[in-house]
Amino acid sequence: MHQLAATPAWASLAYLVSGILFILALRGLSSPASSRRGNRFGMAGMLIAVATTLVLHGTGRAEIAIAIAIGGAIGSVTARKIAMTDMPQLVAAFHSLVGLAAVLVAGAAFLNPEAFGILDEATGHIHNVSRIEMGLGVAIGAITFSGSVIAFLKLNGNMSGKPIMLPGRHVINLGTLVAILGLIGYFVTDDAHWVFFTVTALSFVIGFLLIIPIGGADMPVVVSMLNSYSGWAAAAMGFTLHNSAMIITGALVGSSGAILSYIMCKAMNRSFISVIAGGFGGDSAAAGGGDAKEQRPWKRGSADDAAFLMGQAEQVIIVPGYGMAVSQAQHALREMGDVLKAAGVRVKYAIHPVAGRMPGHMNVLLAEANVPYDEVFELEDINSEFAQTDIAFVIGANDVTNPAAKTDKTSPIYGMPILDVEKAKTVLFVKRSMEGVGYAGVDNDVFYMGSTMMLLGDAKKMVEEIVKTMN
Amino acid sequence: MDFISILSIFVLACFVGYYVVWSVTPALHTPLMAVTNAISSVIIVGALIASAAQGSVYAKYLGLVAVVFASVNIFGGFAVTARMLAMYKKKERKS
Repeated sequence: MHQLAATPAWASLAYLVSGILFILALRGLSSPASSRRGNRFGMAGMLIAVATTLVLHGTGRAEIAIAIAIGGAIGSVTARKIAMTDMPQLVAAFHSLVGLAAVLVAGAAFLNPEAFGILDEATGHIHNVSRIEMGLGVAIGAITFSGSVIAFLKLNGNMSGKPIMLPGRHVINLGTLVAILGLIGYFVTDDAHWVFFTVTALSFVIGFLLIIPIGGADMPVVVSMLNSYSGWAAAAMGFTLHNSAMIITGALVGSSGAILSYIMCKAMNRSFISVIAGGFGGDSAAAGGGDAKEQRPWKRGSADDAAFLMGQAEQVIIVPGYGMAVSQAQHALREMGDVLKAAGVRVKYAIHPVAGRMPGHMNVLLAEANVPYDEVFELEDINSEFAQTDIAFVIGANDVTNPAAKTDKTSPIYGMPILDVEKAKTVLFVKRSMEGVGYAGVDNDVFYMGSTMMLLGDAKKMVEEIVKTMN
Repeated sequence: MDFISILSIFVLACFVGYYVVWSVTPALHTPLMAVTNAISSVIIVGALIASAAQGSVYAKYLGLVAVVFASVNIFGGFAVTARMLAMYKKKERKS
């Protein structure tokens, strides 16, 4: 087997240390208390990896310093300025950069294999194993890039969240995938430029095609999946460079994204394949619906009613969803919680795993608004409490509260674990209008229950009004 | 390192990743994505090698552009993670 132009032992050890620091960075996230130290471990790991590489490869430092300064400035400013509600877009944008960087590195390795130590001295060609690793690296990187760009455009609202279905797309997608794999196989026998660049181009196309048909509601899965891909791309390049830091990190990130995708799929009771196949889920909170539903009676409440009812309650459980993020209602909501607590009402928050557009989206927004995290509960920890709760306050969530998921076998969301808000004595349901029926396009029986009061209007304004009335 | 050693590191790291990620509290899943984003930019190692290498001008420029992208991610990823985690901190003091 070939080796990377004799990496000295100290450097291999340094890369190993940085890999371990990355493991500790993720380990730190097991609790908010240890998480900040974990993040510092991550930074230290990155510093070690970069410094080691710079010491090993001594030339061109001035250009490199400029490149790092440009990128670092853009990254730091973006991180400081971004609104917490825009976090899903930001993460998608960052994924696309990892993908693109992987493509560029693979391209550089292809054009200058000697520098990467993957040139077979005897034949003057790139090693066979390296060709496969490089081919996979560039393909995964390109898919990550174009897929993330589409995800970004959808999350950022530049592109409709509605699935775009091309006729015969499954055939096209499968054909493209087979072509990519075939060409990577062929790459072993012929390391011509056209093979490498065709693989790259086809991978850009397939990334685009894969994400186009996936709807807004499935975005948490998509974002996690692209997270996973960015890891596998880094791992593939780590194989090419024989670099343990890259391989360890790639494996960590790859499994992290895969686990998050799994959790998200499970929380929607959808198989990964059906998410990838696409077509589910519409635009933002008010999409779809309005068609041929028979009119059923429902009760409309006002901010005064809501304030009065909650003031009388012993316990209120707040169920936030994407609508809360859209209207930026988290701060007003926390204020409402404070007023209620001051009046002796117990306030809890119930978070469904797929509420929002990415894993943990709601938790971050509530944290931003200073909601103490011991008041925030996951689905399985709080679901049994709804039956003993006076008021469930649903704000900007819909499908995750729909009891049809438990009873109606024909419902598209059948089998999805939901928050049992219908068991609470009273349900206050904040919603923009009666038109929208959630992403899944299913009507929610909770709207029409005798114990439900619909609070129609913008989530933030409604909550602010309630707070005003309470004061 | 031969291919099998590398593969061993990779497979073991996948297992480590599996157990470590399952222990991450769901409340921190968004910071998890942000920080994994930042650390996967360790791909900058490859970009630096390409930028420092002699031989191919194209490879060098590809490398430098990759350094820019990866740096955006590294600085942005860690900074935004720190910003999010700081929000979880404020409540610790309060409660």
